[in-house]
Amino acid sequence: MKIVMAIIKPFKLDEVRDALTTLGVHGMTVTEVKGYGRQKGHTEIYRGAEYAVSFLPKLKVEVAVAPELLERTIEAIIAAARTGQIGDGKIFVSNLDQAVRIRTGEHDLDAL
Amino acid sequence: MSAVSPIRTRLRAAGLSAGLGLLLIAAAMSFAEAQPAVPVPNKGDTAWMLVSTALVLMMSVPGLALFYGGLVRAKNMLSVLSQVFVIVALVSIIWVVYGYSLAFTNGGALNNFVGGFDKLFLKGMTPDSTAATFSNGVVIPEYVYMAFQMTFACITPALIVGAFAERMKFAAVVVFVVLWVTFIYFPIAHSVWYWAGPDDIAAAAKALADASGDAAKAAAQAKLDETLANAGYFYQLGALDFAGGTVVHINAGIAGLVGALMLGKRIGYPQQHMPPHSLVMTMIGASLLWVGWFGFNAGSNLEANGTTALAFVNTFVATSAAALAWLFVAWAYEGKPSLLGLVSGAVAGLVAITPASGYAGPMGSILLGLVAGAVCFLFVAIVKPKLGYDDSLDVFGVHCVGGIIGAIGTGILVAPSFGGVGLVDYTLKPGEAAPGDYVMAAQVLTQVKTVAFTLLWSGIGSAILYKIVDLTIGLRVAVEVEQEGLDVAEQGEQAYNM
Repeated sequence: MKIVMAIIKPFKLDEVRDALTTLGVHGMTVTEVKGYGRQKGHTEIYRGAEYAVSFLPKLKVEVAVAPELLERTIEAIIAAARTGQIGDGKIFVSNLDQAVRIRTGEHDLDAL
Repeated sequence: MSAVSPIRTRLRAAGLSAGLGLLLIAAAMSFAEAQPAVPVPNKGDTAWMLVSTALVLMMSVPGLALFYGGLVRAKNMLSVLSQVFVIVALVSIIWVVYGYSLAFTNGGALNNFVGGFDKLFLKGMTPDSTAATFSNGVVIPEYVYMAFQMTFACITPALIVGAFAERMKFAAVVVFVVLWVTFIYFPIAHSVWYWAGPDDIAAAAKALADASGDAAKAAAQAKLDETLANAGYFYQLGALDFAGGTVVHINAGIAGLVGALMLGKRIGYPQQHMPPHSLVMTMIGASLLWVGWFGFNAGSNLEANGTTALAFVNTFVATSAAALAWLFVAWAYEGKPSLLGLVSGAVAGLVAITPASGYAGPMGSILLGLVAGAVCFLFVAIVKPKLGYDDSLDVFGVHCVGGIIGAIGTGILVAPSFGGVGLVDYTLKPGEAAPGDYVMAAQVLTQVKTVAFTLLWSGIGSAILYKIVDLTIGLRVAVEVEQEGLDVAEQGEQAYNM
C-alpha cells in the first residue's frame, strides 16, 4: 500500500476530491497547513509597516491507496489541482506498512 | 344626516380645542407675569440626550474595545477588551462619587483649573435638577448632563490603552486610570468646559443694563464679571472645543505617547511581525465608533436643534473625507487600497471634527477631514518609524495629531467666511445668543494656547503618574508573560478556544 500526500491550493480541494472519488478512492484526510516552496509568499502592509509573509496557506490531502491505483491517483491529483501557476503544490508518496479499520478490525486492503 | 355629523363633530372639536388653547395661553401668560419663568426641560431634548449618552457608551464598549482588540495579536485580545471594559466600569463609579463635582462645580480659589466638592456623591441632585445648555431658557435634567459627561470621562482613559497595549499589567492599568482621571482628566475638562451657563450670564447682563446710578452699575458690573469668571480658565480665554478634541483626544493621545515611551517597546518591535489579528473586529469597532460619535458630537450641543443637526452632518462628512484621504494617500504610498487605511482614516476624521463639529460648516468639515486623514497617515507611516517609539495602536498618531489638527482647524473654520457659525456673545443682547467678535489670528492663538497647556499638563502629569505606578506595583508584565500573551497569563482566559 502507498500513502499519497498532496499539498494543494486550498480552492482546489473540491476538484481533487471529485477526481479521486471517480477513481474509486473512498476516504481522505485534509489538514490546513502553511508552508513555502518556489512560491515566495507575499507582503502585507499595516499603516505603512511592511511585512514579508513567507508561509502561505495550503491544504494537505492524504489518501491511502492500493499499489495498482497509485499512478492513476497521482495523475488524477495533478489533473485536478494544476493551474500552471507557481504554487500549485507537491505530491509525496511513501510506503504504508499497515492499515486497520477500527470498527471491524479489518486489515490492510480490506481496511481502505 | 349621518354623512354630515362626523364633520360637524370634528368642527366642534376643533372649536373646542382652539378655545382650550386660548385659555391655556392666557393661563401661561398670567403665570409668566406672576413669577420669572423657570425653564423646564423639553422632553425632546431630554430624550435625545439620553440616546446620545447611550451612543457614547457604545463607542467605548464595544466600539473602541473591538477597534483596538482587532489590531493586537490574538494572544492579547482579551487583555485589551478587559482593560477598556474595566475602565468604563471604574470611571463611571468615580464620576458619580467625585469626578462630576471636580469637573463641573465651582472650585473656589482653584476654579480656573479644577472644580470643588459641592456635588460629591451627586449631593443635592434630584430628578428636578437642571443643567444649562448653550441656549438661553433651555435646560436639560442634570442627571442627563451628568451621565452624558460621564461617558466622556469613561472613554478618554480607555483611548490611552492602545498606546501601551500588549505589555502593561492589568492592575497597573487600573491604578493608573484612577490617578489619571483624578489629576488629569477632571481638571482639564473643568478648565475647558466649565462655565456659568447662558441664563446666569443673561441675568447678570440684564441687571447691568437695567442698573441706574453709578453705584448700582458698578455692583452690577462686578456681578457680571463674577458670573463670567465662574468658568474654567480656557473657557474664559474663549477656547473652542465643541465635543472634546482637546479634553478627550489630545489629552489621551499625549498620555498614550508618554506611556509608550515609559513602558518601552514590545519585545521584538519593530523587527518581529505583529499584524492585526482580526481586521474584521477592527472594522466593526470603527463602524460602531462612527455611529456612536453622532452622540458624542451632536449630543454635545446638549439639546436637539439645528446646531445639533449641523454637528451631525459635520460628523458624517468629515469622517468620510478623512477615510478617503487616508485611503488614497496610503494607496499611492503602499500600492494597495487597504481596509485598515479606510477605517483608520475614519477615526482620524472623527477625532479632528470633534472640536469643530458645532462650529464649522459642512464644507469646512470636509476640508478638515481631508487634512486629518492625510496628515495622520503620513505621521503614522513615516514619522513614527523614524522616531522609533512603540505606540502599539497609534493613539498619539491618530488621536493627538488628529486632535491638534482639529483644535487649530476649529479656530479657522468657525469663521463665517469659511462657512462656520462664528462666535457667540451672551452679554450683548441678554437672553439671546448674539454674534461675537471674531478675529482669526486671536482665535487660533487661543486654540494653540489650550493645546499647549493640555500637552504639558497631561504629558508631564501622566509621566509622574506612570512613575508612581511603576515604583509601587510595576507597569510592565514579565518577559514570559509578554511572550505567552497577556490573555492566558493575566486574565486566565483565551479569546479563541477552537
